[in-house]
Amino acid sequence: MSLDLVQMVLVTVLAAATPLIIAALGELVTERAGVLNLGVEGMMVCGAAIGFAAAVESGSTLVGALAGIGAGMALSALFGLLTVGLAANQVASGLALTILGLGLSGLVGAGYVGLKREPAPHLHLPVLSDLPGIGRLVFGQDGFVYAGIALALGVSWFLWRTRGGLILRAIGDDHTATHSLGLSVRGVRFLAVLFGGACAGLAGAYLSLAYTPFWAPAMTAGRGWIALALVVFASWRPARVVGGAILFGGATVLQLHAQASGIGLPGQLLSALPYLATILALVLLSLGRRRGGSQAPAALGRDFTPHR
Amino acid sequence: MRLDLVPRGRRSALSAALSPALAFLAAVLVGGIAVALMGVSPAAAFTVYFVAPLSDLWSLQEIALKAAPLALIATGLAFCYRANLWNIGAEGQFVVGGLAGGMVAIATHGSEGATFWVLPAMLLTGTLAGLAYAMIPALLRVKLGVSEILTSLMLVYVAELLLDYMARGPLRDPAGYNFPQSVTFDDAARLPYLMEGDTLHAGVLVALAAVLLAAVVLGRSLFGFEMRLVGASPRAARFAGFGEARLTLMAFAISGGAAGLAGIVEVAGKIGQLQPTISPGYGFTAIIVAFLGRLSPVGILLAALVIAVTTIGGEAAQIDLRLPLDLTRAFQGLLLGLVLAADVFTRFKVRLVPGAAR
Amino acid sequence: MASEAGPLFGAYGIVKRFGAFTANDHIDLEIRAGEIHALLGENGAGKSTLMKILYGLLEPTEGVVTHRGETVRLGSPEAARRLGIGMVFQHFSLCENLTVAENIALVMERGLSRADLARRIAALGQTYGLHLEPDRPVWSLSAGERQRIEIVRCLLQDPKLVILDEPTSVLTPGEAELLFTVLERLRDEGRALLYISHRLDEVRRLCARATILRAGKVVGACDPRAESAASLAAMMVGEEVRGIAAAPGAPAGPERLRLDRLSLPAPRLHATALRDITLAIRGGEILGIAGIAGNGQAELFAALSGETTVPAGAVRIDGAPAGHLGINARRRLGAAFVPEERNGHAAAPGLSLSDNIVLSRHATAPLTRFGLVRRAAARAMAASVSTAFDVRKAGPDPAAGTLSGGNLQKFVVGREILAEPGLLVVDQPTWGVDAAAAARIRQALIDLAARGSAVLVISQDLDELFEIAGRIAVLHGGSLSPPVARAETSREAVGLLMGGAGTPSEAAHAA
Repeated sequence: MSLDLVQMVLVTVLAAATPLIIAALGELVTERAGVLNLGVEGMMVCGAAIGFAAAVESGSTLVGALAGIGAGMALSALFGLLTVGLAANQVASGLALTILGLGLSGLVGAGYVGLKREPAPHLHLPVLSDLPGIGRLVFGQDGFVYAGIALALGVSWFLWRTRGGLILRAIGDDHTATHSLGLSVRGVRFLAVLFGGACAGLAGAYLSLAYTPFWAPAMTAGRGWIALALVVFASWRPARVVGGAILFGGATVLQLHAQASGIGLPGQLLSALPYLATILALVLLSLGRRRGGSQAPAALGRDFTPHR
Repeated sequence: MRLDLVPRGRRSALSAALSPALAFLAAVLVGGIAVALMGVSPAAAFTVYFVAPLSDLWSLQEIALKAAPLALIATGLAFCYRANLWNIGAEGQFVVGGLAGGMVAIATHGSEGATFWVLPAMLLTGTLAGLAYAMIPALLRVKLGVSEILTSLMLVYVAELLLDYMARGPLRDPAGYNFPQSVTFDDAARLPYLMEGDTLHAGVLVALAAVLLAAVVLGRSLFGFEMRLVGASPRAARFAGFGEARLTLMAFAISGGAAGLAGIVEVAGKIGQLQPTISPGYGFTAIIVAFLGRLSPVGILLAALVIAVTTIGGEAAQIDLRLPLDLTRAFQGLLLGLVLAADVFTRFKVRLVPGAAR
Repeated sequence: MASEAGPLFGAYGIVKRFGAFTANDHIDLEIRAGEIHALLGENGAGKSTLMKILYGLLEPTEGVVTHRGETVRLGSPEAARRLGIGMVFQHFSLCENLTVAENIALVMERGLSRADLARRIAALGQTYGLHLEPDRPVWSLSAGERQRIEIVRCLLQDPKLVILDEPTSVLTPGEAELLFTVLERLRDEGRALLYISHRLDEVRRLCARATILRAGKVVGACDPRAESAASLAAMMVGEEVRGIAAAPGAPAGPERLRLDRLSLPAPRLHATALRDITLAIRGGEILGIAGIAGNGQAELFAALSGETTVPAGAVRIDGAPAGHLGINARRRLGAAFVPEERNGHAAAPGLSLSDNIVLSRHATAPLTRFGLVRRAAARAMAASVSTAFDVRKAGPDPAAGTLSGGNLQKFVVGREILAEPGLLVVDQPTWGVDAAAAARIRQALIDLAARGSAVLVISQDLDELFEIAGRIAVLHGGSLSPPVARAETSREAVGLLMGGAGTPSEAAHAA
């Protein structure tokens, strides 16, 4: 197995992992603040459709990415209004946003099905990108991949090294206590929801602008849900999100290669691998749970209705 | 500026019944604006979506046919959702039910002699298969505390892929010119039609009976009381001696069984064979129906009819007005969101107050 | 230090309404520097509301708050903190999964480094004797240690006014003494303290002035040292509370409940393990179990009620092994239970009273037929409970959550007593209940025992236990002291046991 072959596999794994990393990190911040957003899939697919449309119209990948972020944020603002502002049921609201997002993405994307455009530009540094074995992997990726890594580092730093992150974690742990201390529970939660939506939109834009540079209806294919599972699997820690995403990404890639190489297993079984792997991962996590304190943000999913 | 929520003392039954209706009107309003932006007259769209479907016999039958599985699945879901058990996998349970029941039909295809037992066997198999499939997320939750949201959803994809594989592979009709579908079922394996025109089949009656049964159980029985209690106050439910594990399993069993039954009814009634896909998303649409009907069987029946009308209307609009089907989907998502928001207003007084956001 | 000429903080004409309910009704209050000022009142008198207004958590509907004579607007706890008002909550505002230092950092100003904070915490610990380890997670700390975090967090702001809300409710007598030392020191430094409590002995020991609230109004202001506990209580309650008619020593009936070395490992990390609990109760007697919250009461209740199962022989009801049985099987043996939390455990607040009857009586009363609930029968039963126990409610069958605390408690206790159980286990029968309802409930318990039932009362209220119990035992750290007849013990002795002194574990420690 040549070094270049290994590198190629790693590149595809990282590419498959990137949308998961970005979306899951956004959801991680949202859940750390105590809000469960099941609308990630809808926000992601909207980001893909609107991002692609904007990129085609403007000719710029950057504009497309920003549009995708905007789309995700707009949808998540609706979600935030419902759940944080009006304290509506979080599960149902998330599902409503998913369905709305899927519908909207179909509407917007209808005019762009079948169109192709240039994939997102990759980094190219004079000597480094051509290094054998690691050149492309480390120095030759597109902007989204680097954004994902930067996001992982940034979220980590924010949550554990800044006052804002401390407040967010505290709110996700106990919204009653933090409210008594005068912290702005709903304000912080709304911002966290917006951040999560922005990430979901960016992840979707990555799919339609870089991963497969075209739009197809419902092209997220459940990645938003896998991102949600990833947050749980990673015990709400950013580093583990990256690791888990690579595992899941690996499962996806493995399945593609296996299909291509004509292994005797039916294609549907291989396609089901990522979903089965998700269930397995959750089971393993439950089996290995430790008994002290709480893994999940203690106030996750609970309604908060203060009044003065 | 901030939103303050002040709990209302009492919640009138009138406002509880009215709020979904108001949400519906609001959604129609937004839909009208969206349609106008797409260059179509809102009045024409309204007629095609909501009025025309109610105006001829054939489309009324179609509405009933679409509403029946929605009502059936949503009623099962109501048992889960009232207990705060988020079964998102009804679509998968539907598919598994249709698949399993369909396999009975295929296995008995072309057999001679007494065949009156085939249809009941299919219905039973489908129900049990959906039930068993729902036990997976239920057991994972009860034994290991795994979130049922994620497991039930992942299993939807697995079920769909399984059906796809079976319909294209082992169950494919050998005499079918390589089309990815099974043999057409015998008459003995089909639900009888209720009237002329070969459209409205007995599945509608099955669904209706199930909804009525659920209404009695949920509203009047001790078991229904348990379900309502476990969702409202889990500690009080334990104090009442209601085992949480047992209730979780039963709720999922009912929900999975209902979805599985809906699946085989669809296959034995409308489709008449197994194909790579047998559901236009009923399992997910039923979630909307469940909330729209405020988790009560009667409300669910009405909500199912409303959603069925919009779906039929959407199909007609695609043909007559060239409005995409995604519009219907977006409308349904928007409707659910508005219903949830309206529900908040029945429980709280909402005030916009000047001052710091908290 | 002499107090200053004018009041440091004042509240004048404070009114606070929540919908139709008036929690504070034209309250005036003045707090001077160098003084510990008590705010006295029963549960529900409006103390919490007033205190939240002073801390900026609520805005008054009418009225003003002044600082050194100038009107100020307390729009948020941060504004209050900036004015020098600090608060130590009764129910700690602590995030369990964060560390001590992180919890304190939540209210500190920006830009404070971890090292600086740790230094300041250590310095404060030295000054006041309040020692804390900055990096320990809060879930691993005891109630007394958690309160220390609240106090340190408050003191780090250098407050001019410290509000303390029922600070000793979770402390042992020893820890309370340490707290009083700190408070007296703060007073001597010239700070003002507002001490909210309903414990008269503490107030008379610490406070130079007291304002007494009842039903949202100020009904008196005095020097508590010049008053007796009885006169203070009369002002708080406003009426001569009907004396309890204690039953004469009833002839002891058959043994109804026996616990035989009941042991149970802690179900969760912050819960208390039960160790070798042994006791026996006969029909006709009331056994009281005293103890500070958090020493195993909830765990003991769950083991008794069947919500947690234990080895069959560890719990015997009427002689039959019952430890392995669930709650309804125990009810069928003639036992009845009233848990501590009426909202959410004993009753479901969103359900009607008749539904709440079905909740606990469906296994022991003819409330179902062919699996269907007999609604009329349930409603009739709810009505008879309401009549027998004077439950005030809006309408014939309202939601349980619309009843006031006292009325809901009367309903919940009455529901069980109406079944005439041979054994009644009740946890905190009158916590948070107004005096009249409390008296009614205690009388009902005495009457039930007089009719031949065995009653087990778990309570944090020593006065209550000394009033109704024939024998008293103390639960500490999951162990139960041997029950002693009331006449043969005293509040001091019981208080010592509550603090852990004199127990076998303490003796082992000392050895």
